[in-house]
Amino acid sequence: MKGQGRGIDGWMSIALAITAGYLFFVVWPLVTVLINSVTKNGAPTLDGFRTFFSSKLYYGTLTNSLLVTVCVTVLALLVAFPLSYFMTMFRIRGNRAIQILILASMMSPPFIGAYSWILLLGNNGIVTRGLRGVGIDSPSIYGFAGILLVLTLQLVPLIFTYLMGAWRTVDVSLLEAAESMGVTGWKRALKVITPLLLPTVLGGSLLVFVRAFADFGTPMLIGQGFRTIPVLIYSSFVGEVSIDSNFAAAVAMIVVVVTLALFLVQKFIVDRRTFSMTAMRPIEPVQLRGWRNWGVYAYIYTFLILALAPLLVVVVSSFRNTLYGQFTHGFSLQSYFSSQRDITRLVTNTFTIGLSALVLLVVIAVLVSYLTVRRRGLLTGVLDTLTMVPYVVPGLIIGIGLITAFSQPPLVLTGTFAIMVLALAIRRLPYTIRSTTALMLQFSPSIEEAAISLGASKPRTLLQVIIPSLAPGILSGAVLSWVTIITELSTTLFLYTISTQTLSLGIYTQVIRGQMGTAAALATILLGLTMVSLMLLMRVGGGREIRV
Amino acid sequence: MTRIALQSLRKEYAGQVAIPDLSLEIGDGEFFTLLGPSGCGKTTLLRMIAGFNSIEGGTISFDGTVINDRPPAERNIGMVFQNYALFPQMTAAKNVGFGLQTRRIPRAEADARIARALESVRMAHLGDRLPGQMSGGQQQRVALARALVIEPAVLLMDEPLSNLDAKLRVEMRETIRQVQHEAGITTVYVTHDQEEAMAVSDRIAVMNLGVVQQVGTPAEIYRRPANRFVAEFIGKTNLLERDLRWQDGRATVEMGPGVSIDVTGLVDPATQGRVQVSVRPEAVSVAAEGVPAEVLDETFLGSHSQVRARLASGEMIEFLEFSQQSSSLKPGVQLRLAIETHQLTVFDPDSGASVARGASA
Repeated sequence: MKGQGRGIDGWMSIALAITAGYLFFVVWPLVTVLINSVTKNGAPTLDGFRTFFSSKLYYGTLTNSLLVTVCVTVLALLVAFPLSYFMTMFRIRGNRAIQILILASMMSPPFIGAYSWILLLGNNGIVTRGLRGVGIDSPSIYGFAGILLVLTLQLVPLIFTYLMGAWRTVDVSLLEAAESMGVTGWKRALKVITPLLLPTVLGGSLLVFVRAFADFGTPMLIGQGFRTIPVLIYSSFVGEVSIDSNFAAAVAMIVVVVTLALFLVQKFIVDRRTFSMTAMRPIEPVQLRGWRNWGVYAYIYTFLILALAPLLVVVVSSFRNTLYGQFTHGFSLQSYFSSQRDITRLVTNTFTIGLSALVLLVVIAVLVSYLTVRRRGLLTGVLDTLTMVPYVVPGLIIGIGLITAFSQPPLVLTGTFAIMVLALAIRRLPYTIRSTTALMLQFSPSIEEAAISLGASKPRTLLQVIIPSLAPGILSGAVLSWVTIITELSTTLFLYTISTQTLSLGIYTQVIRGQMGTAAALATILLGLTMVSLMLLMRVGGGREIRV
Repeated sequence: MTRIALQSLRKEYAGQVAIPDLSLEIGDGEFFTLLGPSGCGKTTLLRMIAGFNSIEGGTISFDGTVINDRPPAERNIGMVFQNYALFPQMTAAKNVGFGLQTRRIPRAEADARIARALESVRMAHLGDRLPGQMSGGQQQRVALARALVIEPAVLLMDEPLSNLDAKLRVEMRETIRQVQHEAGITTVYVTHDQEEAMAVSDRIAVMNLGVVQQVGTPAEIYRRPANRFVAEFIGKTNLLERDLRWQDGRATVEMGPGVSIDVTGLVDPATQGRVQVSVRPEAVSVAAEGVPAEVLDETFLGSHSQVRARLASGEMIEFLEFSQQSSSLKPGVQLRLAIETHQLTVFDPDSGASVARGASA
């Protein structure tokens, strides 16, 4: 723009710096994975891909993953839609509390669900033994069905949150218009409401799809014979038999291609169907009577119990006595005291690493969203695309990329504090940028112009006007990012050392080692931390809509 | 006190020409309004003066100094926005003080000026309110105080009243007029509301498709529209196609069977043949003699009624009648209409330009 010559240099250099950072810390690691997938000891080869497609042991994991993902997405939608429908259309006692509990179950560390279902339905689980006592063989939690159960319960809240957001934009007059034309009840839900919510449903189901596809913790813990593709990547990279980084990289590339394809298909569909709505009058819930009322309550509470039971089990288990890692009779604080030193170390690491990642994350997110919203151009367009890369690349693969790229000169970062911070920030950035961008878009450009017309410089406008007015939104986004940072597992799995291990990594290693008591104690602490953060979010968010 | 001169301005958006070639002069302390339908380029032009839009050609100067390359922060402008654009996290007083702070005005002086500015818009009692706690009208008063307190060279207002309700709009436009008059600041005001433009402006530029159609005082624009667009955009009018004839040095048109009227002095002697005659509703009245017409319907509007009637030619004509007489104007009633000749304007049917002598489009 003419007449604004001086401001451009500052913002342009920030845009250049961030773009360079992305190229070096996100794109370059992925390129090394790509190179690894087609070379072995420096010579070009397609062996990795050939091995993968030659044995059912390997390519079977891809079909397994796709099967799990499709089933979980469909199931999660089928469960979440009625849930959001009931919560919006009908007066439900304790509506707000229920929504907070559903949110809490979504925000709980993903693999804790799997772990506590082992405590319930595993070989030595509470329910399993109880049923065995009366001579019944309980269904096994291990394998396909178990993964399906755990992931569905985990991801319903995610889609539910999306749907509730969409419901808030539906104006009651649309429903009344349908009713005036004689379309009511289920017919209305199908013909009027479903098309209105479809873009959201598609957007939400992609997120579920990608999460389910990339999820590592759940199938690792309870998959047993049923191996999914992230588990295959992990085991071939860590090397159960021998380390084969060429093979692991090839599988990683296959995963990236699948998620990318999904992302593009979804974007294509959603872009053609987007429309914007704002509700002048949101939907007023009505009071149901009789058996319908009971039915609705039964549905909601059954889901709540299923979703929250795992959390409760973990907390209770953490107070049980253990012997050689397994639970025995009686309750005490033994699990907490015996691993006191570990707990202190893990909690300290979680805070130092997590908070560093958070600060980095928020600063970059604010700058990037400002640049992409207010300074549209070629460079910021490129930057916008770059920031979305970690959105479609599973965390495990980001981790593999970072460890391959930075275990060799020019920059060796393996085993450092910095690589943990980087990994966590990179992983979470697409989400934080999206929510900050949404805030930035709502922020009227004329407010900024008003500041400039009053003689304020660009940095002054940013620091005194833009950031303070967006602060509540940025802050609640930051708390949400904090929660996902402290519960992140797959990205940092390859990157941690004993001195940079965080709580979620600690839980994972304890479960794998069979130290059930310590695992439960750590999980309870992480859960507590999550809940406190969420309560903080409710405070700072002031009841505003929560974006994931 | 600042004179603004716009010379051969050109604006393009991605190859699309929004303003082809525009020149205007705005005088010292003048209240100047850019008026036109949405998309006519009025806001674009205002934002070019403010420095928020780029300039693809021509110059903008304040008091003879070209300011094209001066960033908005250095143009010494005060701007009032359609959506108020108050800083949501700052109180009314803090908002007003923001521009003084960037100018490093000492605290005591700043406080006094903030108080005076809030006083002038009658908001002194609400200085500690946050924007969210104020009504739209109050927010816009604060925004006006914020723009004025820095004593800008030029005050720019972009549809400042369009988010307010009808009653408040009238009240606010009086405040704006009064405050501007007291401060004596050259003001450029953008609106699509012709009534509002007439009420506040010293002069108005009517714009359409990026081109200035006419510049003049409210009365000039209403009484002597330069073309059909201005006549139809400002107020209501009836356009009737007629033959203009010259008889004994007088221009006449036949309005109805046997009823001819003189078109006075304004008509260019070269004009004859098909023309469009613009008849304002208030120039028509029911009379004993005149053009025969049949009442179609009547809309009661309080102090007066708006009547639609059909002429013998089949054309529709709209006029106003004071309410006490309207009861006789039932649909189907035959009546005669007198037309006041000195309020007529005549347009070329093809170009739409006024054929009034001396009028220029």
